[in-house]
Parts: sequence; structure tokens; C-alpha cells
Amino acid sequence: MSGPQEMPIATNGDVVLVRQKVRSVAAEIGLSLVDQTKIVTAASELARNVLVHAGGGRVEVEKVSTGLRPGLRLVFSDEGPGISDIAQAMTDGFTTGGGLGLGLSGSRRLVDEFDLVSAPGEGTRITVTKWSR
Amino acid sequence: MERVPILKLGDILIVSIQIDLDDQSVLTLQEDLADTVVSRGARGVIIDITAVEIVDSFIGRMLSTIAAMTRMLDAETVVVGMRPAVAITLVELGLSLGGVRTALNLEKGVVMLEHARSAEG
Amino acid sequence: MTVPADAARRRIVEIFISEEGPLLRRWSQISGAPIDELRDLHQALRTALAGDADLADVRGLLGELSRARARQGYTPSDTARVVFSLKEAVYEQVEADGQGDALRGFAWLSRLIDDLGLFTFETYSAAREKIIIDQAEQLLELSTPVVKLWEGIVAVPLVGTLDSARTQVVMEKLLQTLVDTGSEHAVIDITGVPAVDTEVAQHLLKTVVAARLMGAECVISGIRPQIAHTIVTLGIEFGDIVTKASLADALAYALSRSGVQLKGAATTRVAVRAERD
Repeated sequence: MSGPQEMPIATNGDVVLVRQKVRSVAAEIGLSLVDQTKIVTAASELARNVLVHAGGGRVEVEKVSTGLRPGLRLVFSDEGPGISDIAQAMTDGFTTGGGLGLGLSGSRRLVDEFDLVSAPGEGTRITVTKWSR
Repeated sequence: MERVPILKLGDILIVSIQIDLDDQSVLTLQEDLADTVVSRGARGVIIDITAVEIVDSFIGRMLSTIAAMTRMLDAETVVVGMRPAVAITLVELGLSLGGVRTALNLEKGVVMLEHARSAEG
Repeated sequence: MTVPADAARRRIVEIFISEEGPLLRRWSQISGAPIDELRDLHQALRTALAGDADLADVRGLLGELSRARARQGYTPSDTARVVFSLKEAVYEQVEADGQGDALRGFAWLSRLIDDLGLFTFETYSAAREKIIIDQAEQLLELSTPVVKLWEGIVAVPLVGTLDSARTQVVMEKLLQTLVDTGSEHAVIDITGVPAVDTEVAQHLLKTVVAARLMGAECVISGIRPQIAHTIVTLGIEFGDIVTKASLADALAYALSRSGVQLKGAATTRVAVRAERD
């Protein structure tokens, strides 16, 4: 397994680069076309979140494995304002960024594992994993 | 930033998205399209997303916005060529693209616009 | 390699080569494997032992043997025994020889055989796993036919228990067929499905919505009373999804939606209904 690869998220262009990177790694580990599309879409939502809510941050892209099944893990982190009410932030339609409010709740449905760690003033760290079927 | 070309065919505008759009390009396309509908007096808009690998909430919102906007400008919008994987992902994401008409491919999109027009008389 | 170890190794190789006949007979007897198969292995091992101990050829032969046995349904123990029984066969020759060198050499050979045995076991499990995966895929392929009913109308007749994975595969295939054939109507017929759980019902629902996003219409036909009951009890919202009692009804509906006029449709439908019983 190669180690995690870190990419910056500072501009709109970076979000596109993150999508392309995630797509190529997802294809490499043999995710189905639908699963590739899901994880790339989730990556796009989460990268945009980092940009809109924290002004920037980074993502680590890592191949993982359960021994039998390969998977793809993405860790998005920023030093932004953080989230005070995580339950509320995870609700469909709740938004503070002027979007549709589907970024967090929607991307959770697109991945197999979703872990969010955040506190006001301490930034946000979101880890998502998609396993090969 | 890349600009998406807008083609004119009769009174229909055709936009074929061939590149991985960043958010700024999405907003630019939205504005360009509204301007062109008015300046060219278009009655229909076809957005071809056959080559688009993902539609996230931002692009999804653009499609809804364009449909609503052009309708206000008296032009009907049809989104054509959505890939199955993209459609499945959109459903999972929770986006229904309300108010957006869709067709399987460009040809069927054109037919749909013609029908809509003849129904209007 | 030290001198005594070298001598020990030479001695065991000598025995291995000179006693080929009795060794092979005994090996075949203990392992239950045909002597011809073992002769090839013996040859390869002998070349490797006499030369630079490069076991690539031996591993190649063992790999083939393990894969073949995995396919033929031998147990893993039967397969590994082919390799491990060589130890016993060689040991009997070493005992007959009675020399210290031969015994020390046997310890060395024994470790080598252990490694080969483990290799056999690993190849065997990998081969078995591959067989299982292939069969699962074949089964999925077999059980997911998407058929064309009419120009612009396709159908998936689903038969048997639906699990989440299978439903997903069927649905993806259906949506892809819509694109490939340019069909604007699809019928998902679940007459042959005895029951559905929440997840499967959700997948069916999502497929209909996804098809709609792509510009196509889906009709679900053949919902059994128990399934209708499940769906309502589970509180799953089927909303504005069109459902029909039978595949024939669904086809008639899709035809009328795509503008096809059926002449004498009533008679046709009676005939089809009669066939159903």
C-alpha cells in the first residue's frame, strides 16, 4: 500500500484537481463505475465545503485494504471556524454557505464510512471511506 | 478558467459540456447562457452532459437555475445524455433536479423541444 | 555454507536421485497421487537441488497441481499432503542409509518441503477464491437479463430472491441499456420475486427516479400482495411511480405512452391474461 498523498484545497481549480485525483485512484483500485462516480462526487462536495467554510485546507488520498477488499480513504481537514452543531450540519437542506445543504448529508450517503470531528474554533476533519464491492 | 461554447441551431441553443467544470466556470456559463437566450431570441436550450463524469450539488443547482431562468425568458431547457452512474449518484445525493426536463440523448432532446413548441401552437 | 552442512546436503541429494524408483513408489502410495505427476515434480526438484536451488520450476508445477485440484474439488489437506508426504518417503530412505550426514541433510530438505507445502496451500486457496468470485459473477450475469419488448421499450424480468447487491447490478444494467438502445420506457417485472426487504425496495425506487433523471420512464409490474404489504408496512413512499398488475399491462401502458396504437387491444389482453393462469 502506498502512503497517503496530500493535496491542497485553496482554489476552485484545486477542487477540480482533487476530483481528478480521486477518480484515477478509485479506478486504480477497481471500484465499479457507479462507486467511482459516488466517491468523486462526495470528494467534490467535501472539497468545496473546505473552500467555502474554512477558506481552504487539504485532503489526503489513501489506498486502504481490509485484506480482502481494497478501498479508498479521503481525509479532508481545515483550520476553519469548525462546526458547533454537528447534528444540525448533517441534516438535509441545512446550509450556512448559501448552497443546497446537501454537501455533508449527501456525501455521507455516497460513501461507506463517514467520520466527522469538529469543534468551534478548532477546524474540521472529515474522513470518508469507500470499499470495493 | 475555461469557457463552454454555446452553439446556435435554428432557434435552439446547444451547450455541450466537454470539460471538468470548476465552480467559477459553472457560474460564467449560467450568465453567458441567459445573455445568449435573450440576444439570439432562442426558444429552447439543450444542455448535453454526455461527457460529464459527475454532477455534484453545485452543477445540479446550475441545471435547475438555468431551467428556471430560461423559462422566465420564454425558452424551454432540456438536459440530455446523463450517464447512469451520474443519475444513480444524484438520487443518492438527494438531488431531484426539480423543474428540469431531461432526455436520453441530443436527438430526443430536440424532438422534445419541438413537441413543447407545437403544443403551445 | 559450512563444509559439514555442504556434505549433508550433498548426501541427501544423492539419496534423492539414486533412490528415485522406490522413493516415487512410496510417495505415490502415501499421497495417493498418480506416479506420473510425481515424477515431473521429482525431476524438477532434483534439477533444483543439484543446481543452484532455484525452485521456480518446482513452484510452477506445484501451482498447476494446486489449481487443478482446487477445480476438481479436492480438499486443501489432500492437496497439501501431496507435498508433505514426500518427507515421509524420503525419511524412509534416509533411515535405510543410516548415516549422520543423511539425517542432517534431511532436516534441511524437510524445511524446504515445508515451504513448498505452504506455497501449495496458498495457491490452492487463491484458486478456490477465484472460482467462487467467478461463479458469483456468472450467476449475477445469468440472473440479470434485460430484454427488448418493443422499439423503445425494455424490460427486466426479475426471478428469485433479490438482495441488495444483485438489485444494484440489475438496476445499473437496466439504466445502461436505456442509454445504449435509446429506450424511453422500461418495465421492471417482479412477478418472480417472492419478497423484498427495505433496502431492495429502496433500490427499486431509486432506479425509477434515476431513470427519470436520465429522461426515461419506468413501470414496475407484478408486485405480489405480500410485497405490497411489506412496502406499505415499512412506510416506503412509492409516490408517483407507475405500477401495473402484470407485465402485459405494463407493456400496454408503455406502448400507449410511446404513441403506439393497439388494434383490438382488448382481445389481446384477454388472451395474455388467460396464459398467466
